[in-house]
Amino acid sequence: MAAAPALESAPAPLAAAPAGTIAKPVYVTRVVNAFIIMTVIWALFGMAAGVLLAAQMVWPVFNFEIPALTFGRLRTVHTNSVVFGFGGSALIGTSFYIVQRTCRARLFAPNLAWLIFAGWQLGLAAGMLTLFAGINTGKEYAEFEWPLDVAITLLWVCYAVVFFGTIAKRQVAAIYISNWFYAALIIVVAMLHVVNSLEIPVSPFKSYSLYAGAQDAVVQWWYGHNAVGFFLTGGFLGMMYYFLPKLAGRPIWSYRLSIVAFWAFTFTYIWAGPHHLHYSAIPDWVQSLGMVMSIILLLPSWGTMVNGIMTMSQAWGRLHRNPALKFTVLALAFYGLATFEGPMLAIKSVNVISHFTEWTVGHVHSGALGWNAFVTFGALYFLVPTIADRPLYSLKLANLHFVLAIAGVMLYILSMWGAGVTQGLLWLNLDENGELKYSFAEVMRAISPYYLVRFIGGALFFVGALIMAYNLWQTAFAPATGRSQPQQQ
Amino acid sequence: MTPAKIHHFVENHAGALIGGVLFVAIWGGLAQILPVMLDTPEKNWQPQPYTSVQLAGREIYLRESCGLCHTQQVRPLVAEVRRYGPHSQAIEFIFDRPFLWGSKRTGPDLHRLAGKYSDEWHRVHLIDPRQVVPGSIMPSYPWLAEQTVDVNSVQRLMLALRTVGIEYSDDQIAAASSELAGMSEIDALIAYLQSLGSNLPPPAEAAHHH
Repeated sequence: MAAAPALESAPAPLAAAPAGTIAKPVYVTRVVNAFIIMTVIWALFGMAAGVLLAAQMVWPVFNFEIPALTFGRLRTVHTNSVVFGFGGSALIGTSFYIVQRTCRARLFAPNLAWLIFAGWQLGLAAGMLTLFAGINTGKEYAEFEWPLDVAITLLWVCYAVVFFGTIAKRQVAAIYISNWFYAALIIVVAMLHVVNSLEIPVSPFKSYSLYAGAQDAVVQWWYGHNAVGFFLTGGFLGMMYYFLPKLAGRPIWSYRLSIVAFWAFTFTYIWAGPHHLHYSAIPDWVQSLGMVMSIILLLPSWGTMVNGIMTMSQAWGRLHRNPALKFTVLALAFYGLATFEGPMLAIKSVNVISHFTEWTVGHVHSGALGWNAFVTFGALYFLVPTIADRPLYSLKLANLHFVLAIAGVMLYILSMWGAGVTQGLLWLNLDENGELKYSFAEVMRAISPYYLVRFIGGALFFVGALIMAYNLWQTAFAPATGRSQPQQQ
Repeated sequence: MTPAKIHHFVENHAGALIGGVLFVAIWGGLAQILPVMLDTPEKNWQPQPYTSVQLAGREIYLRESCGLCHTQQVRPLVAEVRRYGPHSQAIEFIFDRPFLWGSKRTGPDLHRLAGKYSDEWHRVHLIDPRQVVPGSIMPSYPWLAEQTVDVNSVQRLMLALRTVGIEYSDDQIAAASSELAGMSEIDALIAYLQSLGSNLPPPAEAAHHH
């Protein structure tokens, strides 16, 4: 990666000390490697579950009449494994990599970092078993029962200790932008998790939410929306703010814009949760406030996107040679798409059509596949060759992955738009006598072709991820002989 | 201090960054959640708490995550009220822990399901949905007819709910063992489904709470 200037010595005012005056410490890498491996394993596991779910929605026979593999339980396994397994491992792993380099400091308490690794992976594995067994709290994206909630809280405190401990040891005065976002991830997710998970234990496998009915709903979507905000958006923006300048060989376009966007994002996101509850039995003013703040949220989101695209503006020439950069830039484009679509869906008159339909599922996946997965793939295609200090095994396979991933996500999003708009309009359609025009079953049958297209899209995306796993494995572990590809940079 | 200077300070002091993030991120939750918490519905009308059998059925609904494909929230829209029934009101859910409003309608809303179909229809539908709804993509749940409800666990649930103010008497909790003895899971689930949304406030109260 000789062409890319070291980010940690990059542009004033980001680094207080001039480049080269600070001794480079010996960074901790093995725990980062472990998180990278688990990131890939969780991606494959979670996406495989997703493909099976997509198949079940076309051919119910794929439920196999096995309780653990039935749609309801499997969907919970899918969401938790991709969000917390794939996303969580990627976030913690990259934060340990980035915080050391941007602080020019060796990771604080590496043994504690290993405890976080072991705890996170074992906790999630145990969590998946409970979800397969039907043990869940019933609150979306917070389904783990109370003993796991307690374990997650303790691990999260350890994570904060390692991360902020490293920040405290930093040899550069200014804390780099990526770390602001990781800091917001750690602090805000802690707040959300603790408040939303307050529950009354009944047995080791059962608890009751401390909140009931409409109050539970407001707390849950404050959590649920901001888990998207600070876990799937903020944390991954931290990733983007490190890897994009690194890959593009350019400093971030506007430091000032990144500051404004960060604080505006952190303040505004929290208010947007009630758009998940439009026209429900919560007070109207809460819904309207959530809608207004959701629309305002477009500004910091696009501020960040513009900052990323402008950072690329002098570096397009690097794009065709570098799969890591390709995925990262495409991730930004999908970030722009999803953060435009989100505020639009939060407008009550649009939401009246889209709510409860597949449109929401398509929106989630344009974020989850197009943004989270792509930015992580970009990071992986950079990190594995860099850490292994070997060229990527196959550029051709990486390009094939890229094509499959784009095709997959586009088929996914387009089919869910079609299905969602169809559902939304037909459900509300009245004839001239004011009677319902379509039965629920008629609408369900009308969208079944879209489910088939979605299954194909998801399967393509999964095959692409398998190819990536093989490519990264060969890069890291294959014998050096027989490599045909030259080093890309 | 200009905003740029404040940020410069925060960026150079980890403690200020932590405090700053927390300070900025806390207001949305305080402004939206606290008022809803304090706004407890008036008590001159209340729905009936779940019976032991309905509670057992609700646990099965939770276990199989039915709420991921079925909402329990009828929106106040003409077409929706026509399709499902009267729109949902906050007071109807005061015993729902957790709330089960859902976020997705792969299948239809269930909040006004009570009495729409016979128990026998539900039994056939749960075991093999395509027998009564051609083209349905709902999974089959044959094991619900083969497994029986765990009486002790339901009594523990009732005791736990008592700690948060649902007034189950000792007699009601004791009676659960005979009410649930030998009951299949499918019967308990059907009892729960047949109770959904049947607990409407009287019209005057409805107007008051809306």
